[in-house]
Amino acid sequence: MRRYMDFYLTSMKIAILEQFQYRAQNYFYMVGVIIEPTIYLVVWSTIANQQGGSVGGYTAGGLAAYYIVWTLVRQMNIVFTPYGWEDRIQHGRLSMELMRPMHPIHSDVSYFAGWKFVMIILWIPIAAILALIFKPTLNPTWLQVLVFFIAIWGAYLVRTMLYAVLGLITLWTTRVSALFELIFALEMILSGRFVPMTLMPIWVQRIAYYLPFQWTFFFPINALVGQSSPVVLFTGLGMQLSWILIGIVGVRIIWHFGVRRFSSVGN
Amino acid sequence: MPFPVIEVTNLSKHYKVPIREAGLKAATRSLFKRQYNTVKAVESISFKIDPGEVVGFLGPNGAGKTTTLKMLSGLLFPTSGTPNVLGFQPSRRQAEFLGQITLVMGNRSQMSWDLPALDSFELQRSIYGIPRPEFEKTRDEYIELLEVKELVRKPIRNISLGERMKMEIIVALLHRPKVLFLDEPTIGLDVTMQRRIRQFVEEYNRRTGATVLLTSHYMADVEALCKRVIVIHNGKLLFDGDLSALLDRFSAFKTIGVTLANGFGSFSHYGEVLNQDAGHFTLRIPREKTPDVTARILAEQKVDDLTVEDPPIEDIIEKVFSQKSVEAG
Repeated sequence: MRRYMDFYLTSMKIAILEQFQYRAQNYFYMVGVIIEPTIYLVVWSTIANQQGGSVGGYTAGGLAAYYIVWTLVRQMNIVFTPYGWEDRIQHGRLSMELMRPMHPIHSDVSYFAGWKFVMIILWIPIAAILALIFKPTLNPTWLQVLVFFIAIWGAYLVRTMLYAVLGLITLWTTRVSALFELIFALEMILSGRFVPMTLMPIWVQRIAYYLPFQWTFFFPINALVGQSSPVVLFTGLGMQLSWILIGIVGVRIIWHFGVRRFSSVGN
Repeated sequence: MPFPVIEVTNLSKHYKVPIREAGLKAATRSLFKRQYNTVKAVESISFKIDPGEVVGFLGPNGAGKTTTLKMLSGLLFPTSGTPNVLGFQPSRRQAEFLGQITLVMGNRSQMSWDLPALDSFELQRSIYGIPRPEFEKTRDEYIELLEVKELVRKPIRNISLGERMKMEIIVALLHRPKVLFLDEPTIGLDVTMQRRIRQFVEEYNRRTGATVLLTSHYMADVEALCKRVIVIHNGKLLFDGDLSALLDRFSAFKTIGVTLANGFGSFSHYGEVLNQDAGHFTLRIPREKTPDVTARILAEQKVDDLTVEDPPIEDIIEKVFSQKSVEAG
C-alpha cells in the first residue's frame, strides 16, 4: 500500500512537471473546451429569458452556475481514452508497461490525476472571466461543497474505469473506434453534458439513472449548484462508488482474459 | 550443479493470421469467409541457462528470437510448452517475478521524453519500491560507470540516441534485476557507444552475477559478451553451445595473412588467394589443411609476418542461416 502511495505521488509529480512544460498547449486546449458550454449557456439563457426568466426550474443565473461548474467537471472528466488504449495495444506500446510489477491502469490514474492540478490552476482565471460575464447564482452549503469535492474525483474514477473497459476490447478486435463513438454519443445525451438532466424527459432520466454517464457529469455539477437533499447527495456518491467497483471488476475480468491475447506487435 | 535460472521445455508460439488475395473482390469475399494461416513463430524449443551465464540468442529477422524473449519475460502467452524463469511461470506475471527481471528493447523507451532522466529514474524507484538509500547508491554507481553525470539533467528529447540508450539501460537496471533480457540493446548506435553499453553489461554481470540473454545483429556484442550462443531459425533451435564450437562446426575455412620480407612471391598453389597487395597476401584455406599449409609457407617463403584467423563471425552466422534455409527449402 505504501509503495502504491509513493508511486501515485511520484507519478502525479511527473505529470505536473511534464504538463507545465506544455502550459500554452494546455491553455489553448482548455479554451477549446470552454467554447462548448459557453454556446449551451448562451442558448439556454436566451430560452430562459424568453420564458420569463427560467427554464425547467433553472434561472439564467442558475444556468450560468451550471455551465461554469461544467467547465471544471469537464476537466476532471479527462481520462486516458479508449483511443489511447487502442493505440498502445495496436502498436505494442503496452509492452513496456506490462513489464512493470503493477497494473498499467495505476499509471493512467495517477498521471491524469496529476495533470488535473495543472488544469485546475489554468482553469481558475477562465472561470473568473466567465463568472464576471454571466453572473452565476451559486449558494452551496458546506455539505454540498464537500460532496462536490469528492464527486469530481469519483467522476474521474468512474470515467477512467468505463473507458479502460472499452479500450481493453482492443485486445480482441483491431479497431473499436466506431464503438467508442457510439458510447461518446450516448454519454453526450445521458450525462448532462449537453443539457442538465432535469430538462430531459422523465423516461430519459430514468434510463440515465441506471447508467454510469450522469454520475460523471450531472451529479457532481448538480451537487454544487442544485438544491439536492443530503440523501440525494449521499446516494449519488454511493452510485459513483458502485460504478467504480463495477469498473474495477470489469477491468480485472477483461484484463485477465484479454492480456493473453496481447501480441505485442511492433517491436 | 546450480539450478538453471531459465528453463525452457518444448516452448512454442503460433499465431493465427488472416490472409487474403489483393483486390476488392477478395476483400469482399473475406468478409464472409475468412482464411487463416498459422505462423509458427517459435516451434518446440528447449534450453537451460544457469545463473550468471551471458548467452547470445542469434537468428535472422523473423527467426523467433524476440518472440521467445517476450514469452520468457511474461509479455506473451506461449501456445504450448513451459518456460520457467527464476522458478516462476512468466505468463502469470506475478509482481515478485517482474520485480526480478528486466527487458530492454533497443527500439522501445521507458523514459519521459520531456523530462530529464533523473525524473524517470525517480518514477522507476517508486514503481519497484526501491528503498531510497539503495536507489541513490545504485543510480549514482550507474551514472558514474556510464559517464553520464551531465546528461541526466537534460530532457531526454535533447540528447542523442546513444546517450538515450545509456539512460534506458540505467532505468531498466535500477531495481538490480537478476535476469536481463536484452533485445538489440545497441541497435543504431555507433561503435564507441556500442562498446560502452557492452562494457556496462559485462560489468553488471560481473558485479551482480545476473543472468543475461542477449539478441543482437552486431556480432561484436556477441563475441565480447557471450561464451555460449543459441541459434534459432524459422522458430527452431539450430545450435546451442559455445561460440567457439559454433565456429568450429560451421567454419570450413581459415584465413591466412602473409607479409613477405622481400615483397614478392607466388601463393596460388597454397590455396585461394583472396587479396594481394604490396607484398601482403590473404589466403583462404580449408580448415583441416591450415597447419600443413602454414608450415609449408614458413618453410618455403621469406615471411616477415603471418596470421591465421577464423573468418568474421558475421560470415559464419550468415552461412549457418543460408545452409539451413537451403535445407529447409
